[in-house]
Amino acid sequence: MTTTTGMATETPPDLDASLSTQPAPVAPPVPSRSPLVPLRRSWRQLTSMRTALLLLFLLALAAVPGSFLPQRPVSPQRVSAYFAKHRALAPLLDRVGGFDVFASPWFAAIYLALFVSLVGCLVPRIRLHAKALRTPPPKVPANLSRLPVADRWEVDATPEEVVDAARRTLKKSRYRVVRRSTARGAELSAEKGYLRETGNLLFHVCLVLLLVGIAWGAMYGFKGTVLVKEGKGFANANFNYDDRKPGRLFHESSLVPLQFTLNDFRATYAPDGKASTFDADVTWSNGADGAARRYDVRVNHPLEVGAAKVYLIGHGYAPEFVVRDPQGRVVLDRSESVVCLPQDAAFTSTCVLKLPDALPRQMAFEGIFTPSTVQDPTTGRVGSNFPAARNPGVTLLAYTGDVGLDSGLATSVYRLDKSRLTLRDPAAHELFLGEAWQLPGGGSIAFVGVKEWATFQVTQDPGKLLALLAGSGMVIGLVLSLFVRRRRVWVRASTLAGGDGRPGRTVVEVGGLARTDTERFAEEFSSLADRMRPEETRA
Amino acid sequence: MPDLGQLSDTLLFAAVVLYALAMLGFAGDQATSRARRVSAETVVRGAVVAPRRVLVGAGGPAADEVVVPPLPPAPAKGRKGFAGPIAVALTLVGVAVHVGSVLARGFAAHRVPWGNMYEFSSMVALAAVAVFLVCLWRGKLERSMGAFIMLPVVCYLGLAGTVLYTKAGPLVPALNSYWIKIHVAAAILASGAFLLSGVVALLYLLRERFDSRLAEGLEVRFPTTLAAALPAAQGLDRAAYAVIAFAFPIWTFAIIAGAIWAESAWGRYWGWDPKETWSFITWVLYAGYLHARSTAGWKGRKAAWIAVAAALALIVDYYVVNIFVVGIHSYAGVKQ
Repeated sequence: MTTTTGMATETPPDLDASLSTQPAPVAPPVPSRSPLVPLRRSWRQLTSMRTALLLLFLLALAAVPGSFLPQRPVSPQRVSAYFAKHRALAPLLDRVGGFDVFASPWFAAIYLALFVSLVGCLVPRIRLHAKALRTPPPKVPANLSRLPVADRWEVDATPEEVVDAARRTLKKSRYRVVRRSTARGAELSAEKGYLRETGNLLFHVCLVLLLVGIAWGAMYGFKGTVLVKEGKGFANANFNYDDRKPGRLFHESSLVPLQFTLNDFRATYAPDGKASTFDADVTWSNGADGAARRYDVRVNHPLEVGAAKVYLIGHGYAPEFVVRDPQGRVVLDRSESVVCLPQDAAFTSTCVLKLPDALPRQMAFEGIFTPSTVQDPTTGRVGSNFPAARNPGVTLLAYTGDVGLDSGLATSVYRLDKSRLTLRDPAAHELFLGEAWQLPGGGSIAFVGVKEWATFQVTQDPGKLLALLAGSGMVIGLVLSLFVRRRRVWVRASTLAGGDGRPGRTVVEVGGLARTDTERFAEEFSSLADRMRPEETRA
Repeated sequence: MPDLGQLSDTLLFAAVVLYALAMLGFAGDQATSRARRVSAETVVRGAVVAPRRVLVGAGGPAADEVVVPPLPPAPAKGRKGFAGPIAVALTLVGVAVHVGSVLARGFAAHRVPWGNMYEFSSMVALAAVAVFLVCLWRGKLERSMGAFIMLPVVCYLGLAGTVLYTKAGPLVPALNSYWIKIHVAAAILASGAFLLSGVVALLYLLRERFDSRLAEGLEVRFPTTLAAALPAAQGLDRAAYAVIAFAFPIWTFAIIAGAIWAESAWGRYWGWDPKETWSFITWVLYAGYLHARSTAGWKGRKAAWIAVAAALALIVDYYVVNIFVVGIHSYAGVKQ
């Protein structure tokens, strides 16, 4: 951007220019027939501050719909709900990327234009600043008394001595000092606050690096979720995930060779039913021959294995059943607990059991699992009033027929296709822990135990570290660019003509210039001048 | 053992009363300082306004439409009245009582006292008043703005204590991290300062309008007349900038700390959750303000409007997003 962040211009324009590292305003181009002229003009337009400002506001505005419309990457379910509710509007919004604003081409266009503008203005400024850092402070102006702050006194010491002492004082205040001898006398030019522009540039460079880090992570990163039941394990391979979102350039060989078993999941709740802690006790190892170690995965406490992190993101109940078919064979035993999906805060959950091995016909059950079962006395409806398993119960409907697993088409394990199933018993049957139900027409189901399941998210983001470093650099750069003060101080000591041709006393003139915080600089300057002059000459 | 939660509520009520009294004190101070200032300005303005009136009368509206505010007689030199210092003292006591309320909350709930929206709002108001006092002390702001600053603080705390009120209780697991100390504390401090800067920017706009209408010889009506007692427009502009320059790096840090926390709690450092989105919008607007303030054609009034817009975005970030938008930052604890 072509002006310095937060630098207020309060000094006269001629003095101002001498303190600024910003590029000089470009003179109106000489009319030329070069085909590059319009190109150059539009480049200048794009890298101008005004354009950058407009792009900034456009970016802020463009982010707004992303917060009020449901977003697919955040919650696809709410997007579907929105489609169901706004039949006419939703497809239109979808076409312009309304449900994935932050990945939409127009959002990308804005921030890419902004970053091009930024880089286009950053590169020349870095060059200029590098030059400014190597350039000694400018020569002492002819008339120091015309500077915003100035002082003058006379001493007996020689100009050399005065300048030496002043130089030490300035050095102590961290000024960069250059000494020159001119026809007017001994002179010092001092300057400090180069870090202001350094910080400003650091901030903007880090902003670009942040974007690079984010893009890097998005392209080479990986994110997958998996549901694991207590007592079961997971090995880090593509096909073991329930849902995976690899970056466009992610290769499976980059998956960290990680495996873990969920030994136990525990959740504790406050009396009002709000969750207070979640713990997933896992045994994990890195690679097939890695040593097995235990870890307690909690919210805010992920398991870190190499480049991968394993997060606990959800949980639910998995009741255990023993099911026998009419021929008396066990078609489901307690080793295969059934995952039930929670529907409310009290973990009323829906369960589906498909038993394709049952004979003579396949069997299926649909049920509601309630961890703390209560029955509404008026409606008779069963529900759960607390998320912990205080009084687990399950209400089941039994079916026979074809569960639809033989067609070869992919089906959801959580949904029952009832088109080729018949209900065994029109009434739902309620079972509490330890109870069994002898099905009409043979077969039985026993509710023998309750296990829990947890969902884990495995993430690999190789751009994370760069993003973090860039973010830290941004804060440092900001602090420097907003709080470092740029000052210039000049000192001249010249000899007055004394009587009978001998050198007289020494006149010391000092002057200062600050672009920011001018009021405070006046104080700072006078205390600096006081330290340079002998006490008796102080006002 | 006394009921600390109840003590906290009582202290907050006392702080609101003290702030309200301070507001009255500031208003009284303003009334006297306004008389002083207007009389001092007349000398200068009279010279500027008078010739213009002739011009206006010649081509524009009738000269009798031009109204210069009534000029009370110039009071004697020196400080008049105790209202100002008393108001500052009341604010200081208010802050002390407010700190007591926050501490009692923290001890009552055995955690940091910023776990839900009520506690958060109380802390933001405390931060705003504290930043105001620091600015007074360092000469960045003047006492004459006190009433304009305490009025929103009192309203804000009043609303927080009634609409958003939640009893002291434990945190949900996602909040149980030392990052809550870092991320939320930074967000509170930056928000308090940002809201303060928003009020200062509004005062600047008011003062600016007052000055330009006066310079053009136009009628100055209520509420613009209130600006008569305010510091000069340039001073207000600088004060707003100073407060924003202080808050912006803290806000940037708060967002980054939030990202680090999100990375360990939710498995990603940035996910465009509505709260993240609005923090981003707020950040972009304040970045725009800082750039606008040093761009020709954007200084002054335009920059001030950006500061006001940014403060509104901050309010959306906290209140609209928490109450009306579904997201994973839903810790507000407000019953819908």
